[in-house]
Amino acid sequence: MLTDYATIGVFFLLTVSFPIAAMALSWIFRPKPKAAPDDEKYTTYECGVDTRGKTWIRFRVNYFLFALVFLAFDVETVFLYPWAVKFQKLGFFAFAEMIVFIAILVVALWYAWKEGALEWH
Amino acid sequence: MSTAAANLQLQDAVFVMIAIVTTGAALGVVFLRNIVHNALCLVLTFLGVAAVYFQLNAGFIGLVQILVYAGAISVLIIFAIMLVMDKEINQTNLPIPSLGRRIAGVYITALLVITLVLAIYFTAWPLATGAGAPFDAVGMLAELMLGDYVIAFEAAAVLLLVAVVGAVILAKGVEKQ
Repeated sequence: MLTDYATIGVFFLLTVSFPIAAMALSWIFRPKPKAAPDDEKYTTYECGVDTRGKTWIRFRVNYFLFALVFLAFDVETVFLYPWAVKFQKLGFFAFAEMIVFIAILVVALWYAWKEGALEWH
Repeated sequence: MSTAAANLQLQDAVFVMIAIVTTGAALGVVFLRNIVHNALCLVLTFLGVAAVYFQLNAGFIGLVQILVYAGAISVLIIFAIMLVMDKEINQTNLPIPSLGRRIAGVYITALLVITLVLAIYFTAWPLATGAGAPFDAVGMLAELMLGDYVIAFEAAAVLLLVAVVGAVILAKGVEKQ
């Protein structure tokens, strides 16, 4: 059984090594600056508007609604998962059942949308 | 060395690695000074527990642990932190200097540890007999969920609908007629 998860382990190693390899390659091939980089180089964005004030601030309470709506659809995913695993064996009736399930939840999405829960103020 | 013994040792090694990461993350939850870092360590702890479930061949429970705990619950915790934060961020989880609270903490921890150790010591731990866990547990779950228990399954959708409507009403209030 554990060897099944070794596949995931291989994927994990690949995903870790891929960005490292990409950055290492660009480090090898990029032109090296002759002078030491000045302060401007070390800013987060070389161009654009600098941020003002601290970034660790309190956020608007409106965001909490996004969290709550996300919560409901996250739990929906738990139900979708076994269905997706067995999709080919289950046949049309299970497909219809899942359509009903999703249709009920689309009502939830429609209600949240109608009430402006998804709007960005 | 036989394959079974080698497999057992591999299982032990994997468990030790998971346990180190999980326990380390749990210690981070307690000791780090920045409460956002505490929350992120908590996510890592949840993922470690999920890894233990996966190792015990309880794949679906591990998946639910990742989706519900590492996904939903931690999102709630992080949002709650973001919405009420009013201190310097690296001062948000300072140790409490009061002696009384420390004594109370040590007392409660000692009670918990004693209870757990006694419970482990006095349990017989018989080896499980009978058939092992089904290989295709998620598939069986899908067949039951969409077969015999389809009413309960659709009722769960209605429950989620009620949860969303309730959340929207609680957060935004009902429109005045």
